[in-house]
Amino acid sequence: MRLRILDSGHSFGTKALFALIQAASRQPVLDVIKLVKYRSDFYGEPMGKVTQEAMRGPSAWSVADRELMAAFVSKTNQSEFCTKAHSAVAQRAYGDGKAVSALLSDVDTAAIEEPLRATLIMLRKLTRESTVDTDDMRAVLAAGATRQQIEDALAVCFSFNVIGRLADTFGFSVPGPEAFESGAKYLLARGYR
Amino acid sequence: MSDIKQARESLVRRILEGEGKASPSDRRAAFNNHGLDEPLGTLADKVATRAYSVSNEDIAAVRAASLSEDEIFEIAVCAAIGQATRQYEIALAALDACSTATRKE
Repeated sequence: MRLRILDSGHSFGTKALFALIQAASRQPVLDVIKLVKYRSDFYGEPMGKVTQEAMRGPSAWSVADRELMAAFVSKTNQSEFCTKAHSAVAQRAYGDGKAVSALLSDVDTAAIEEPLRATLIMLRKLTRESTVDTDDMRAVLAAGATRQQIEDALAVCFSFNVIGRLADTFGFSVPGPEAFESGAKYLLARGYR
Repeated sequence: MSDIKQARESLVRRILEGEGKASPSDRRAAFNNHGLDEPLGTLADKVATRAYSVSNEDIAAVRAASLSEDEIFEIAVCAAIGQATRQYEIALAALDACSTATRKE
């Protein structure tokens, strides 16, 4: 972590919470938790409300689909921490039905439903080029996604275009798969609040 | 349907208008990715456009300019949320334009 305040500048109570998390999960506290718990009234709490609604609010997209979008936006942003973290959540949410790493590697030909594929392709362009136009949106609608599904996907994209940037800016440590598995269990059980 | 409108507006209002260690004008400039003095301008631009390339040297440069870690934290948050906001609004406008065109047909 590049800023010492994010690593160890928390209040006594928050440090005690970290000790509990570490003891219960037997894994190091992920840097993303340290970020959202630092002066949480500035970023962690208001951002948590946005992300909770985007990722767990009512939507025609499943939780697994939205976690896949989060991983895909993160991969497009070259954010290793967020790609691994949300690949683990998506994989757990899908179960054995889909191989998330294969999906992320080749969305254009992967065995997924057309509305989801078209949505991911649009999100990739938006994330990479910071722009999309009506033709891009018409392609997603023509593939069978509803306007509301597109709005819901853009909400996911917003959240992860924030979080991935901060993960890379602050230099989040990338732990081993066990820590991400532990985080995935937590995010599926408790969400982003 | 998920609806982030209210939560997103509250988030933006908090980071730009609420209490902070960085000045409100610097936070807004970071959000807009425009108008920050160096070396903060370079850091905010990298956060917004190529965060994967932010380096220890970028952080050291803003520290050397007497910025506190709290100020750096706030500026980075504002830059990230500003860029994500622009992307989100461009996409929603494109989607709205589709709906408008469909209604006219």
